Amino acid sequence: MHAVHTHNLSLFLGESEALANISCCIQEGEFVAVLGPNGAGKSTFLKVLLGVLEPSAGTVRVFDQAPRQVDPGWIGYVPQAKTLDRNFPALATELVITGLHRTWVRRIRATDRNAALEALEMVGAAHLADRPVGALSGGELQRIYLARSLVRKPRLILLDEPATGIDTVGEVDFYRLLERYRTDQKATIILVTHDWEVASHHACRVMVLNHRLIGFGKPGEAMCEECLESAYGSKHHPSIVDLRGRHHV
Amino acid sequence: MFEVLALPFMQRALIAGLMVAFLASYYGVFVVQRGLGFLGNGLAHAAFGGVALGLLLGREPLMIAVPFTVAVSIAIIWVRQRTILASDTVIGVFFAVSMAAGIIFLSLKKNYSADAFSYLFGSILAITATDLWVAGGVVVLALLAQPLWGRWAYATFDRELALTDRVPVLFDEYLLSVLLAVTVVVAVKVVGIVLISAFLVIPAAAARMVVRRFATMTWLSILFGMASTAFGLWGSYLLDLPSGATIVLLQAAIFLACLLSVFAVNFARRTQQGEARQRSAAKARGKEDHPAG
Repeated sequence: MHAVHTHNLSLFLGESEALANISCCIQEGEFVAVLGPNGAGKSTFLKVLLGVLEPSAGTVRVFDQAPRQVDPGWIGYVPQAKTLDRNFPALATELVITGLHRTWVRRIRATDRNAALEALEMVGAAHLADRPVGALSGGELQRIYLARSLVRKPRLILLDEPATGIDTVGEVDFYRLLERYRTDQKATIILVTHDWEVASHHACRVMVLNHRLIGFGKPGEAMCEECLESAYGSKHHPSIVDLRGRHHV
Repeated sequence: MFEVLALPFMQRALIAGLMVAFLASYYGVFVVQRGLGFLGNGLAHAAFGGVALGLLLGREPLMIAVPFTVAVSIAIIWVRQRTILASDTVIGVFFAVSMAAGIIFLSLKKNYSADAFSYLFGSILAITATDLWVAGGVVVLALLAQPLWGRWAYATFDRELALTDRVPVLFDEYLLSVLLAVTVVVAVKVVGIVLISAFLVIPAAAARMVVRRFATMTWLSILFGMASTAFGLWGSYLLDLPSGATIVLLQAAIFLACLLSVFAVNFARRTQQGEARQRSAAKARGKEDHPAG
C-alpha cells in the first residue's frame, strides 16, 4: 500500500498557486525529506496530507483514502511554527495527551498518563512530564511535540522543520530516534527541512519543491545541480557547493 | 447571615447572582486566556444599545438586547476574520457604535432615565421570577455546551494545532462568542453594563495566577466567582452598599490575595535558592581550607 499518492495536485491560496501539479508516490516505510526555499509550499503540502487544506485540483490519497477519511491515529504531526500560548496553564503531559484524544482533557487518566510517559521516555523527555509548557526551552518543547506525535504509534509521521531550537547533540539523538521508530514500527516519515545534510544522510528519497515538484528521487539524484538551481535560483550558493563536495551530487 | 435569606428578594438576588457568577467565571477562563478582556466590555456596551432599542420600542429590553448583542458578537468575529485588524480594534469600533446607537435610541424616547440607569449599574435586588428563568435557561445552555470545553481549551492553547486535528475552530469561535453575548445580556440586569467585564475577567485572572492546569483554573475561577458573589451580596446587605460594586471589590480582594501568594511563593523560592547557594559555597570554601589527602 502507498502511504501517500498524489496526482496533479494543485492548490490555490487566494490568488497564488501554492502547489502546482504535484504527482508523487511515497511507499510505506520510506523516509522522505522535502526541501525547497522559504514559501515553496512545503508546509502547505503537509497540511494537504493532514486534510486541513483541500486541493483545488487533482487527487490526494493517504493510505489509499482521502486525507480526511484516514484514522487520525495513523498520522502524527510535528508543526513548524509553535503557535502555542506559552502563558496557557498546561503541563507537558497534557500536551502529549492531546495527541491521544485530539482535545484537551479535564482529568488525566492513569492510562493516558502512562501512554504519555512512554512517548516522553521514547524521546528522552520523561523528566519534563510535570513541567509547565511555558517553562520549557525551545528544544525541550520540540521533544514534547515529537512525543505528542508518537503517542498513538502512527504509521505516518509528518514533521515540519522539527529540529529548530535543538542543539547539535540533541539533533543527532532526534534523527536517530526517528530512524529507530521508522525501523521498529515500519512507519513512513515525511520531513520538511532546510538542512540538506540531514536530507542526504537520513532520507531514502528527497523531494525538491518550489510550488511544483522539481525533483524526486534518491538524495544523489534529486539534489542534483539542475534541481537545486531550479529550486533556489543559484547553483553557486555556498551550501550547494559544500554539499556537492561532500556528497558528490 | 442566614436570616437574610428569608427575604424573597434576597433569595432571588442570590440565585441570579450565583448563576451569573457561574456563567461569567466559566466563560471568563477563555476570555482571559485568549486575551479578550476587552470583549466583555464591548459586548456589555452592545447590550446597552440593545436595551436602549428595547426601551425605545416599548418592548422588554432584554428580549431586544439578546439578538442585538448576539448580532454584534457575530459581526466582531466576522470582521476580524476578513480584515487585518486586531481583535481589540474591531471590538473598539463596535463598542463605540453600539454605545452611540444606544444614546440616540434613548434620546428619541422621552422619560427614559430611570430604566436606563438600572441597566447601567444593575439592580440585583429587583430581580424578577422571569429574570431567574432566563438566567436558568442560559445556565442549562452552558451545561449542554460543556462537552465542548476540551475543544475550546485546545484551540485556546494552540489554534493552529487544533486546526490540524480538525477541530472546527472557527465554528467554535462563533459559538463561544454567541454564548458569551447571551451571558453578558443576562448579567446586565444583575451587575450592570459598567461592571460586567469584572465578572468575566477578575475570577479567571485570579485563578490563573495560582494554578498549573487549565482544568484547575476553570474550577477555581468558578469557585472564586460564586463565592465572591454570595459573600459580596451578604456584605452589601449588611453594610447597605450597592451589591454589584461590593461583589466586584470582593473579587478584587481575592485577586490581590492570589497576587500576594504568588509573590510570597516566589520570595520563599528565591530565599531557599540563595541559602542553598550559600551552603554549597561554604562547603567549597571548607574543602579549600582543609584539602583531603
